[in-house]
Amino acid sequence: MLRLLSFALLLAIWWTAALFVGAAKLPSPSAVLDVVIAEASSGALFLHLGATLARVSLAFVLAMSLGSAIGYLMGRVKLADRLGDPWLILLLNLPALVVIVLAYIWAGLTEAAAIAAIAINKLPTAIVTLREGARALDRSLDEMASVFAMPRWRAFRHVVLPQLAPYIAASARSGLSLVWKIVLVAELLGRPNGVGFEIGVAFQLFDTPRLLAYSLTFAAVVLVIETALVQPFEARATRWRPRAA
Amino acid sequence: MRLEVDITGKSFKSAAGGTQEVLAPVRFALQSGEVGVLIGPSGCGKSTMLRIILGLDRDFEGHVSRPPEARIGMVFQEPRLLPWRSVEQNVRLAAPDVTDAKLAELFRILELDAHRSHFPGELSLGLARRVALARAFAVEPDLLVLDEPLASLDDALAGRLRDEIATLVARRPVMTLLVTHSLDDAIRLGDRLFLLSPRPARIVREVPIAIPRAERSEAELGKIRAELAALQLESK
Repeated sequence: MLRLLSFALLLAIWWTAALFVGAAKLPSPSAVLDVVIAEASSGALFLHLGATLARVSLAFVLAMSLGSAIGYLMGRVKLADRLGDPWLILLLNLPALVVIVLAYIWAGLTEAAAIAAIAINKLPTAIVTLREGARALDRSLDEMASVFAMPRWRAFRHVVLPQLAPYIAASARSGLSLVWKIVLVAELLGRPNGVGFEIGVAFQLFDTPRLLAYSLTFAAVVLVIETALVQPFEARATRWRPRAA
Repeated sequence: MRLEVDITGKSFKSAAGGTQEVLAPVRFALQSGEVGVLIGPSGCGKSTMLRIILGLDRDFEGHVSRPPEARIGMVFQEPRLLPWRSVEQNVRLAAPDVTDAKLAELFRILELDAHRSHFPGELSLGLARRVALARAFAVEPDLLVLDEPLASLDDALAGRLRDEIATLVARRPVMTLLVTHSLDDAIRLGDRLFLLSPRPARIVREVPIAIPRAERSEAELGKIRAELAALQLESK
Protein backbone atom coordinates (compact mmCIF):
# COMPACT_ATOMS: atom_id res chain seq x y z
CA MET A 1 0.00 0.00 0.00
CA LEU A 2 2.74 2.39 1.02
CA ARG A 3 4.70 1.36 -2.06
CA LEU A 4 1.74 2.16 -4.32
CA LEU A 5 1.35 5.54 -2.65
CA SER A 6 4.99 6.37 -3.18
CA PHE A 7 4.71 5.29 -6.81
CA ALA A 8 1.67 7.52 -7.28
CA LEU A 9 3.62 10.41 -5.78
CA LEU A 10 6.40 9.84 -8.32
CA LEU A 11 3.87 9.93 -11.17
CA ALA A 12 2.34 13.13 -9.81
CA ILE A 13 5.74 14.83 -9.61
CA TRP A 14 6.54 13.69 -13.14
CA TRP A 15 3.23 15.01 -14.45
CA THR A 16 3.62 18.45 -12.86
CA ALA A 17 7.25 18.70 -13.92
CA ALA A 18 6.19 17.84 -17.49
CA LEU A 19 3.70 20.71 -17.41
CA PHE A 20 6.40 23.18 -16.42
CA VAL A 21 9.29 21.97 -18.58
CA GLY A 22 7.31 21.30 -21.73
CA ALA A 23 6.69 18.15 -23.73
CA ALA A 24 9.89 18.39 -25.82
CA LYS A 25 12.15 17.85 -22.82
CA LEU A 26 9.92 15.88 -20.51
CA PRO A 27 6.81 14.31 -22.04
CA SER A 28 3.92 13.54 -19.71
CA PRO A 29 3.33 9.97 -18.49
CA SER A 30 0.37 9.58 -20.83
CA ALA A 31 2.44 10.57 -23.87
CA VAL A 32 5.05 7.98 -22.90
CA LEU A 33 2.35 5.38 -22.37
CA ASP A 34 1.04 6.08 -25.88
CA VAL A 35 4.46 5.30 -27.33
CA VAL A 36 4.71 2.14 -25.25
CA ILE A 37 1.34 0.95 -26.56
CA ALA A 38 2.24 1.81 -30.15
CA GLU A 39 5.59 0.02 -29.95
CA ALA A 40 4.01 -2.96 -28.23
CA SER A 41 1.30 -3.36 -30.82
CA SER A 42 3.83 -3.21 -33.67
CA GLY A 43 5.84 -5.90 -31.87
CA ALA A 44 9.05 -3.85 -31.91
CA LEU A 45 9.03 -3.38 -28.14
CA PHE A 46 9.03 -7.13 -27.48
CA LEU A 47 11.66 -7.78 -30.12
CA HIS A 48 14.07 -5.31 -28.56
CA LEU A 49 13.27 -6.24 -24.97
CA GLY A 50 13.67 -9.90 -25.89
CA ALA A 51 17.05 -9.31 -27.51
CA THR A 52 18.28 -7.40 -24.47
CA LEU A 53 16.93 -9.97 -22.02
CA ALA A 54 18.60 -12.78 -23.94
CA ARG A 55 21.94 -10.98 -23.78
CA VAL A 56 21.49 -10.19 -20.11
CA SER A 57 20.66 -13.75 -19.17
CA LEU A 58 23.48 -15.27 -21.19
CA ALA A 59 26.09 -12.83 -19.89
CA PHE A 60 24.75 -13.09 -16.35
CA VAL A 61 24.79 -16.89 -16.26
CA LEU A 62 28.25 -16.97 -17.80
CA ALA A 63 29.69 -14.42 -15.38
CA MET A 64 27.99 -15.86 -12.30
CA SER A 65 28.98 -19.46 -12.89
CA LEU A 66 32.54 -18.66 -13.88
CA GLY A 67 32.92 -15.98 -11.22
CA SER A 68 31.50 -18.19 -8.46
CA ALA A 69 33.79 -21.06 -9.35
CA ILE A 70 36.89 -18.85 -9.51
CA GLY A 71 35.92 -16.95 -6.36
CA TYR A 72 35.33 -20.17 -4.43
CA LEU A 73 38.68 -21.53 -5.56
CA MET A 74 40.47 -18.31 -4.58
CA GLY A 75 38.81 -18.30 -1.18
CA ARG A 76 39.75 -21.92 -0.50
CA VAL A 77 43.20 -22.27 -2.07
CA LYS A 78 45.90 -19.79 -1.05
CA LEU A 79 47.95 -20.33 -4.19
CA ALA A 80 44.98 -19.60 -6.45
CA ASP A 81 44.34 -16.43 -4.48
CA ARG A 82 47.93 -15.25 -4.87
CA LEU A 83 47.99 -16.03 -8.58
CA GLY A 84 44.57 -14.61 -9.32
CA ASP A 85 44.69 -11.46 -7.26
CA PRO A 86 46.61 -9.17 -9.68
CA TRP A 87 44.31 -10.20 -12.54
CA LEU A 88 41.34 -9.54 -10.35
CA ILE A 89 42.49 -6.05 -9.45
CA LEU A 90 43.11 -5.29 -13.10
CA LEU A 91 39.65 -6.54 -14.11
CA LEU A 92 37.94 -4.71 -11.27
CA ASN A 93 39.39 -1.39 -12.33
CA LEU A 94 39.01 -1.78 -16.07
CA PRO A 95 36.30 0.65 -17.27
CA ALA A 96 33.31 -1.07 -18.84
CA LEU A 97 33.59 1.06 -21.96
CA VAL A 98 37.17 -0.06 -22.57
CA VAL A 99 36.20 -3.72 -22.34
CA ILE A 100 33.28 -3.28 -24.72
CA VAL A 101 35.24 -1.30 -27.32
CA LEU A 102 38.17 -3.70 -27.21
CA ALA A 103 35.84 -6.69 -27.52
CA TYR A 104 34.24 -5.18 -30.63
CA ILE A 105 37.63 -4.37 -32.14
CA TRP A 106 39.06 -7.79 -31.49
CA ALA A 107 36.05 -9.97 -32.17
CA GLY A 108 34.10 -7.77 -34.55
CA LEU A 109 30.62 -6.36 -34.02
CA THR A 110 29.26 -9.78 -33.11
CA GLU A 111 26.85 -11.19 -30.59
CA ALA A 112 29.62 -13.21 -28.97
CA ALA A 113 31.74 -10.09 -28.51
CA ALA A 114 28.86 -8.22 -26.87
CA ILE A 115 28.00 -11.03 -24.45
CA ALA A 116 31.64 -11.69 -23.58
CA ALA A 117 32.22 -8.00 -22.90
CA ILE A 118 29.21 -7.79 -20.58
CA ALA A 119 30.22 -10.98 -18.78
CA ILE A 120 33.80 -9.77 -18.29
CA ASN A 121 32.47 -6.62 -16.63
CA LYS A 122 30.43 -8.62 -14.14
CA LEU A 123 33.01 -11.37 -13.56
CA PRO A 124 35.37 -9.65 -11.07
CA THR A 125 32.65 -8.54 -8.65
CA ALA A 126 31.23 -12.08 -8.60
CA ILE A 127 34.72 -13.38 -7.86
CA VAL A 128 35.29 -10.91 -5.04
CA THR A 129 31.96 -11.65 -3.35
CA LEU A 130 32.29 -15.42 -3.58
CA ARG A 131 35.88 -15.27 -2.40
CA GLU A 132 34.71 -13.51 0.75
CA GLY A 133 32.03 -16.17 1.12
CA ALA A 134 34.54 -18.99 0.78
CA ARG A 135 36.86 -17.33 3.27
CA ALA A 136 34.06 -17.05 5.80
CA LEU A 137 33.20 -20.76 5.65
CA ASP A 138 32.95 -22.38 9.05
CA ARG A 139 35.97 -24.63 9.56
CA SER A 140 34.32 -26.51 12.39
CA LEU A 141 31.57 -27.72 10.06
CA ASP A 142 34.18 -28.82 7.52
CA GLU A 143 35.77 -30.87 10.27
CA MET A 144 32.42 -32.37 11.17
CA ALA A 145 31.86 -33.39 7.55
CA SER A 146 35.31 -34.89 7.36
CA VAL A 147 35.00 -36.86 10.63
CA PHE A 148 31.67 -38.30 9.51
CA ALA A 149 33.28 -39.16 6.16
CA MET A 150 30.70 -37.30 4.11
CA PRO A 151 31.36 -37.74 0.40
CA ARG A 152 32.66 -34.60 -1.27
CA TRP A 153 29.55 -33.75 -3.21
CA ARG A 154 27.23 -34.23 -0.22
CA ALA A 155 29.45 -32.07 1.96
CA PHE A 156 29.55 -29.38 -0.72
CA ARG A 157 25.81 -29.41 -1.19
CA HIS A 158 24.73 -29.52 2.43
CA VAL A 159 27.63 -27.96 4.33
CA VAL A 160 29.30 -25.49 1.97
CA LEU A 161 26.60 -24.32 -0.43
CA PRO A 162 24.12 -23.12 2.22
CA GLN A 163 26.88 -20.99 3.72
CA LEU A 164 27.61 -19.50 0.31
CA ALA A 165 23.95 -18.89 -0.56
CA PRO A 166 23.74 -15.37 0.94
CA TYR A 167 26.90 -14.40 -0.93
CA ILE A 168 25.54 -15.86 -4.17
CA ALA A 169 22.30 -13.95 -3.67
CA ALA A 170 24.16 -10.70 -2.97
CA SER A 171 26.37 -11.23 -5.98
CA ALA A 172 23.37 -12.05 -8.18
CA ARG A 173 21.55 -8.95 -7.10
CA SER A 174 24.43 -6.53 -7.56
CA GLY A 175 25.45 -8.38 -10.70
CA LEU A 176 22.04 -8.12 -12.26
CA SER A 177 21.96 -4.36 -11.77
CA LEU A 178 25.46 -4.05 -13.21
CA VAL A 179 24.62 -6.20 -16.23
CA TRP A 180 21.43 -4.20 -16.91
CA LYS A 181 23.51 -1.04 -17.12
CA ILE A 182 26.29 -2.40 -19.23
CA VAL A 183 24.16 -4.29 -21.72
CA LEU A 184 22.66 -1.03 -22.95
CA VAL A 185 26.09 0.47 -23.62
CA ALA A 186 27.17 -2.64 -25.51
CA GLU A 187 24.00 -2.49 -27.61
CA LEU A 188 24.34 1.21 -28.24
CA LEU A 189 27.87 0.77 -29.54
CA GLY A 190 27.57 -2.31 -31.68
CA ARG A 191 24.29 -4.16 -31.94
CA PRO A 192 21.46 -3.66 -34.46
CA ASN A 193 18.69 -4.33 -31.91
CA GLY A 194 17.88 -4.28 -28.23
CA VAL A 195 16.82 -1.56 -25.83
CA GLY A 196 20.26 0.09 -25.96
CA PHE A 197 20.07 0.32 -29.75
CA GLU A 198 16.60 1.90 -29.56
CA ILE A 199 17.82 4.41 -27.00
CA GLY A 200 20.66 5.31 -29.35
CA VAL A 201 18.15 5.92 -32.12
CA ALA A 202 15.94 8.00 -29.83
CA PHE A 203 18.98 10.04 -28.79
CA GLN A 204 19.91 10.83 -32.40
CA LEU A 205 16.35 12.00 -33.07
CA PHE A 206 15.98 13.70 -29.68
CA ASP A 207 12.86 11.57 -29.32
CA THR A 208 12.33 11.79 -25.54
CA PRO A 209 8.99 9.91 -25.36
CA ARG A 210 10.56 6.97 -27.18
CA LEU A 211 13.62 7.08 -24.94
CA LEU A 212 11.48 7.04 -21.82
CA ALA A 213 9.12 4.43 -23.21
CA TYR A 214 11.97 1.98 -23.75
CA SER A 215 13.90 2.71 -20.58
CA LEU A 216 10.83 2.55 -18.34
CA THR A 217 9.52 -0.72 -19.74
CA PHE A 218 13.02 -2.03 -19.33
CA ALA A 219 13.08 -0.85 -15.69
CA ALA A 220 9.70 -2.53 -15.12
CA VAL A 221 11.05 -5.82 -16.43
CA VAL A 222 14.04 -5.53 -14.11
CA LEU A 223 11.73 -4.91 -11.18
CA VAL A 224 9.62 -7.95 -12.00
CA ILE A 225 12.66 -10.19 -12.25
CA GLU A 226 14.01 -8.87 -8.97
CA THR A 227 10.79 -9.53 -7.07
CA ALA A 228 9.83 -12.76 -8.83
CA LEU A 229 13.23 -14.44 -8.94
CA VAL A 230 15.94 -12.89 -6.79
CA GLN A 231 13.93 -12.18 -3.65
CA PRO A 232 12.24 -15.61 -3.42
CA PHE A 233 15.64 -17.27 -3.84
CA GLU A 234 17.02 -15.18 -0.99
CA ALA A 235 14.04 -15.98 1.21
CA ARG A 236 14.45 -19.69 0.56
CA ALA A 237 18.17 -19.62 1.20
CA THR A 238 17.71 -17.97 4.60
CA ARG A 239 14.57 -19.84 5.66
CA TRP A 240 16.40 -21.69 8.43
CA ARG A 241 17.35 -18.50 10.26
CA PRO A 242 15.13 -18.01 13.30
CA ARG A 243 12.94 -15.04 12.52
CA ALA A 244 12.34 -12.27 14.99
CA ALA A 245 8.87 -12.71 16.41
CA MET B 1 39.17 -53.59 16.11
CA ARG B 2 41.82 -51.71 17.99
CA LEU B 3 42.88 -48.11 18.21
CA GLU B 4 46.55 -47.52 18.94
CA VAL B 5 47.76 -44.08 19.78
CA ASP B 6 51.47 -43.40 19.98
CA ILE B 7 52.07 -39.68 19.80
CA THR B 8 55.65 -38.70 20.51
CA GLY B 9 55.11 -34.97 20.46
CA LYS B 10 53.11 -32.09 19.10
CA SER B 11 53.98 -28.43 19.14
CA PHE B 12 52.48 -25.25 17.78
CA LYS B 13 54.33 -22.31 16.35
CA SER B 14 53.16 -19.37 18.43
CA ALA B 15 52.56 -15.93 16.95
CA ALA B 16 55.69 -14.63 18.67
CA GLY B 17 57.79 -17.08 16.68
CA GLY B 18 58.63 -19.59 19.38
CA THR B 19 57.32 -23.12 19.53
CA GLN B 20 54.98 -24.29 22.20
CA GLU B 21 54.76 -27.88 23.20
CA VAL B 22 51.19 -29.10 23.52
CA LEU B 23 51.61 -32.84 23.86
CA ALA B 24 54.37 -34.81 25.52
CA PRO B 25 54.68 -38.45 24.47
CA VAL B 26 51.27 -40.10 24.89
CA ARG B 27 50.68 -43.77 24.32
CA PHE B 28 47.60 -45.89 24.81
CA ALA B 29 45.40 -48.39 23.05
CA LEU B 30 41.70 -49.11 23.06
CA GLN B 31 39.82 -52.31 22.22
CA SER B 32 36.36 -52.77 20.82
CA GLY B 33 33.82 -52.64 23.62
CA GLU B 34 36.03 -50.52 25.85
CA VAL B 35 35.37 -47.01 27.08
CA GLY B 36 38.57 -45.05 27.61
CA VAL B 37 38.33 -41.77 29.47
CA LEU B 38 40.77 -38.90 29.16
CA ILE B 39 40.67 -36.71 32.26
CA GLY B 40 42.80 -33.65 32.59
CA PRO B 41 42.80 -29.97 33.49
CA SER B 42 41.37 -27.62 30.88
CA GLY B 43 43.84 -26.48 28.27
CA CYS B 44 46.07 -29.50 28.75
CA GLY B 45 45.82 -30.54 25.10
CA LYS B 46 42.94 -33.03 25.15
CA SER B 47 41.19 -31.50 22.17
CA THR B 48 44.44 -31.44 20.20
CA MET B 49 44.87 -35.12 20.98
CA LEU B 50 41.37 -35.87 19.73
CA ARG B 51 41.97 -33.93 16.52
CA ILE B 52 45.08 -36.01 15.90
CA ILE B 53 43.26 -39.28 16.63
CA LEU B 54 40.42 -38.29 14.28
CA GLY B 55 42.83 -37.46 11.48
CA LEU B 56 41.95 -33.75 11.43
CA ASP B 57 45.47 -32.75 12.37
CA ARG B 58 48.30 -34.56 10.62
CA ASP B 59 51.07 -32.28 11.75
CA PHE B 60 52.44 -34.22 14.71
CA GLU B 61 55.19 -36.64 15.56
CA GLY B 62 54.30 -40.25 16.19
CA HIS B 63 51.74 -42.65 14.91
CA VAL B 64 48.02 -43.31 15.28
CA SER B 65 46.69 -46.55 13.91
CA ARG B 66 43.00 -46.70 13.41
CA PRO B 67 41.45 -49.38 11.17
CA PRO B 68 40.86 -47.60 7.87
CA GLU B 69 37.37 -49.00 7.54
CA ALA B 70 36.38 -47.89 11.04
CA ARG B 71 33.34 -45.66 11.04
CA ILE B 72 33.65 -42.70 13.34
CA GLY B 73 30.90 -41.12 15.39
CA MET B 74 31.86 -37.89 17.05
CA VAL B 75 30.22 -35.58 19.55
CA PHE B 76 32.08 -32.29 19.51
CA GLN B 77 32.24 -29.91 22.44
CA GLU B 78 29.82 -27.65 20.63
CA PRO B 79 27.04 -29.53 18.85
CA ARG B 80 28.24 -28.53 15.34
CA LEU B 81 24.91 -29.10 13.65
CA LEU B 82 24.08 -27.69 10.24
CA PRO B 83 21.83 -24.73 11.10
CA TRP B 84 20.15 -24.86 7.68
CA ARG B 85 19.06 -28.47 7.92
CA SER B 86 16.37 -29.93 10.16
CA VAL B 87 17.19 -32.19 13.09
CA GLU B 88 16.31 -35.29 11.11
CA GLN B 89 18.27 -34.17 8.05
CA ASN B 90 21.28 -33.43 10.24
CA VAL B 91 21.28 -37.01 11.44
CA ARG B 92 20.53 -38.54 8.04
CA LEU B 93 23.23 -36.56 6.25
CA ALA B 94 25.88 -37.97 8.58
CA ALA B 95 24.33 -41.43 8.56
CA PRO B 96 22.72 -42.04 5.15
CA ASP B 97 22.35 -45.77 5.82
CA VAL B 98 20.34 -45.43 9.02
CA THR B 99 17.00 -47.24 8.85
CA ASP B 100 13.75 -45.55 9.78
CA ALA B 101 13.30 -47.95 12.67
CA LYS B 102 16.75 -47.29 14.05
CA LEU B 103 16.26 -43.54 13.74
CA ALA B 104 12.89 -43.72 15.45
CA GLU B 105 14.43 -45.69 18.30
CA LEU B 106 17.28 -43.21 18.73
CA PHE B 107 14.91 -40.27 18.72
CA ARG B 108 12.75 -42.04 21.27
CA ILE B 109 15.66 -42.81 23.61
CA LEU B 110 16.98 -39.26 23.34
CA GLU B 111 13.48 -37.76 23.52
CA LEU B 112 13.81 -35.90 20.25
CA ASP B 113 10.59 -37.12 18.64
CA ALA B 114 8.89 -33.76 18.86
CA HIS B 115 11.86 -31.99 17.32
CA ARG B 116 12.48 -33.97 14.13
CA SER B 117 11.57 -31.16 11.79
CA HIS B 118 12.95 -28.30 13.86
CA PHE B 119 16.03 -26.36 12.83
CA PRO B 120 18.98 -26.33 15.26
CA GLY B 121 18.53 -22.59 15.84
CA GLU B 122 15.21 -23.38 17.49
CA LEU B 123 16.70 -25.83 19.98
CA SER B 124 18.14 -25.30 23.44
CA LEU B 125 21.74 -26.32 24.02
CA GLY B 126 20.64 -29.45 25.83
CA LEU B 127 18.48 -30.51 22.88
CA ALA B 128 21.19 -29.67 20.37
CA ARG B 129 23.63 -31.84 22.32
CA ARG B 130 21.15 -34.71 22.17
CA VAL B 131 20.87 -34.28 18.41
CA ALA B 132 24.67 -34.43 18.21
CA LEU B 133 24.54 -37.67 20.21
CA ALA B 134 21.83 -39.06 17.96
CA ARG B 135 23.95 -38.24 14.93
CA ALA B 136 27.02 -39.94 16.38
CA PHE B 137 25.10 -43.09 17.29
CA ALA B 138 23.14 -43.22 14.03
CA VAL B 139 26.30 -43.94 12.04
CA GLU B 140 26.75 -47.13 14.13
CA PRO B 141 30.32 -46.14 14.79
CA ASP B 142 33.25 -48.44 15.39
CA LEU B 143 35.02 -45.58 17.09
CA LEU B 144 32.92 -43.21 19.16
CA VAL B 145 34.57 -40.02 20.36
CA LEU B 146 32.82 -37.84 22.90
CA ASP B 147 34.42 -34.49 23.67
CA GLU B 148 32.85 -33.23 26.90
CA PRO B 149 29.39 -34.12 25.67
CA LEU B 150 27.72 -33.23 28.96
CA ALA B 151 29.49 -29.95 29.75
CA SER B 152 27.28 -27.01 30.75
CA LEU B 153 24.14 -29.11 31.19
CA ASP B 154 22.32 -29.20 34.50
CA ASP B 155 22.99 -32.21 36.74
CA ALA B 156 19.67 -33.94 36.21
CA LEU B 157 19.86 -33.75 32.42
CA ALA B 158 23.55 -34.65 32.39
CA GLY B 159 22.76 -37.69 34.54
CA ARG B 160 20.02 -38.86 32.20
CA LEU B 161 22.12 -38.35 29.10
CA ARG B 162 24.97 -40.23 30.77
CA ASP B 163 22.69 -43.19 31.33
CA GLU B 164 21.58 -42.95 27.71
CA ILE B 165 25.18 -42.99 26.54
CA ALA B 166 25.79 -46.06 28.70
CA THR B 167 22.75 -47.78 27.17
CA LEU B 168 23.79 -46.97 23.64
CA VAL B 169 27.42 -48.01 24.17
CA ALA B 170 26.29 -51.34 25.67
CA ARG B 171 24.32 -52.17 22.53
CA ARG B 172 27.18 -52.93 20.20
CA PRO B 173 30.94 -53.37 20.44
CA VAL B 174 32.46 -49.96 19.91
CA MET B 175 35.71 -48.31 20.92
CA THR B 176 34.69 -45.27 22.90
CA LEU B 177 36.90 -42.38 23.85
CA LEU B 178 35.42 -39.91 26.28
CA VAL B 179 36.99 -36.61 27.24
CA THR B 180 35.67 -35.07 30.40
CA HIS B 181 36.40 -32.86 33.40
CA SER B 182 33.90 -34.69 35.50
CA LEU B 183 35.23 -37.48 37.67
CA ASP B 184 31.68 -38.65 38.11
CA ASP B 185 31.13 -39.15 34.36
CA ALA B 186 34.49 -40.85 34.15
CA ILE B 187 33.91 -43.49 36.81
CA ARG B 188 30.33 -44.18 35.77
CA LEU B 189 31.11 -44.63 32.07
CA GLY B 190 34.78 -45.58 31.82
CA ASP B 191 36.52 -48.93 31.74
CA ARG B 192 39.94 -47.37 31.79
CA LEU B 193 40.78 -43.87 32.94
CA PHE B 194 43.78 -41.97 31.65
CA LEU B 195 44.75 -39.15 33.99
CA LEU B 196 46.51 -36.39 32.09
CA SER B 197 49.03 -33.84 33.33
CA PRO B 198 48.79 -30.10 32.60
CA ARG B 199 50.22 -28.95 29.27
CA PRO B 200 52.22 -30.48 27.63
CA ALA B 201 49.89 -33.40 28.31
CA ARG B 202 51.17 -36.83 29.18
CA ILE B 203 49.42 -39.76 30.83
CA VAL B 204 50.22 -39.54 34.51
CA ARG B 205 48.41 -42.71 35.39
CA GLU B 206 46.15 -45.33 33.87
CA VAL B 207 43.39 -46.57 36.15
CA PRO B 208 41.39 -49.62 35.07
CA ILE B 209 37.93 -50.17 36.53
CA ALA B 210 37.30 -53.90 36.73
CA ILE B 211 33.61 -53.88 37.68
CA PRO B 212 31.31 -53.92 34.61
CA ARG B 213 29.52 -50.65 34.02
CA ALA B 214 26.04 -51.92 34.76
CA GLU B 215 27.02 -53.44 38.09
CA ARG B 216 28.70 -50.47 39.71
CA SER B 217 26.81 -49.67 42.88
CA GLU B 218 26.95 -46.31 44.63
CA ALA B 219 29.16 -47.81 47.34
CA GLU B 220 31.67 -49.10 44.82
CA LEU B 221 31.62 -45.83 42.92
CA GLY B 222 32.38 -44.07 46.20
CA LYS B 223 35.33 -46.35 46.75
CA ILE B 224 36.74 -45.71 43.27
CA ARG B 225 36.25 -42.00 43.80
CA ALA B 226 38.22 -42.09 47.04
CA GLU B 227 41.03 -44.07 45.41
CA LEU B 228 41.23 -41.56 42.58
CA ALA B 229 41.29 -38.64 44.98
CA ALA B 230 44.19 -40.28 46.83
CA LEU B 231 46.02 -40.86 43.54
CA GLN B 232 45.60 -37.28 42.47
CA LEU B 233 46.90 -35.99 45.80
CA GLU B 234 49.87 -38.29 45.49
CA SER B 235 50.68 -37.14 41.96
CA LYS B 236 50.73 -33.54 43.09
